[in-house]
Amino acid sequence: MEAINNLLGGTAVPDVLFYVFAALTLLCGALVVANPFSRSPVTSAMFLVLTIISMAGLFVLLHAFFLAAVQIIVYAGAVIVLFLFVIMLLDLKEEARRKIKFFGIVGGLVSVGAIVVISLKALKSSNPGANLPAPQLEGGTNALGQLLFTQYILPFEVVSVLLLVAMVGVILLSKKDLK
Amino acid sequence: MQVGLEHYLTVSFLLFALGLLGVIMRRNLLVIYMSLELMLNAANLALVSFSRFNDKLDGQVLVFFIITVAAAEVSVGLALIVALYRKRQTAHVEDLTSMKL
Repeated sequence: MEAINNLLGGTAVPDVLFYVFAALTLLCGALVVANPFSRSPVTSAMFLVLTIISMAGLFVLLHAFFLAAVQIIVYAGAVIVLFLFVIMLLDLKEEARRKIKFFGIVGGLVSVGAIVVISLKALKSSNPGANLPAPQLEGGTNALGQLLFTQYILPFEVVSVLLLVAMVGVILLSKKDLK
Repeated sequence: MQVGLEHYLTVSFLLFALGLLGVIMRRNLLVIYMSLELMLNAANLALVSFSRFNDKLDGQVLVFFIITVAAAEVSVGLALIVALYRKRQTAHVEDLTSMKL
């Protein structure tokens, strides 16, 4: 962690890295949603991996080192592998040949564009980062763990119950004679 | 220009919009699910940047919980999609119209 801090301590290196990672995140995110070359879900899943890894880079730039590691382990390691297994189970060759509806493209672009314009205008007029002091926060494992096991111990236990429930639910749903 | 909170929030908004566009535009259940993951990730990015620039660690704890819940949600959702595919032999939303009026 000290090495990363020293690496990020340089003058404009974090800013340049921010633009690199942000562009990579948005580009790969766009390719997940609408890839002009392939409509196969496998390509979407692969670009989702790239999006998540570049987003972990953004987390490192925000000094959230623990969350960057969790992001890569849980999302890129577990969630995407689950997606790929399901894609392998389902035979989706026929699906990839279907056309995207023209109405869907136009309606989606108009409504999403309106939402983007509204939220960016709101961001510009409220300007939440205007008079904040220089950030000092470090999201290392130690600090996060202390908070997690003292103040947030009840939500932590509840989440473990939630994971158990999800596991039981998945086993029940995967049974062959699902009623 | 110094990269600040608003830069990270702009990236977060744009990523959320991309996810929303995918949910509206695509017709494959799996790709819609991946777009939902994109939207969740955009919310995570906003929370982490707010946490960093306001000097409070609570936002990062919330992101930790969101990642856990998202993992549970993905496993249940994909099991539902597999069960649906077994019954109907399709993962395409236009073939699933039995609740349409």
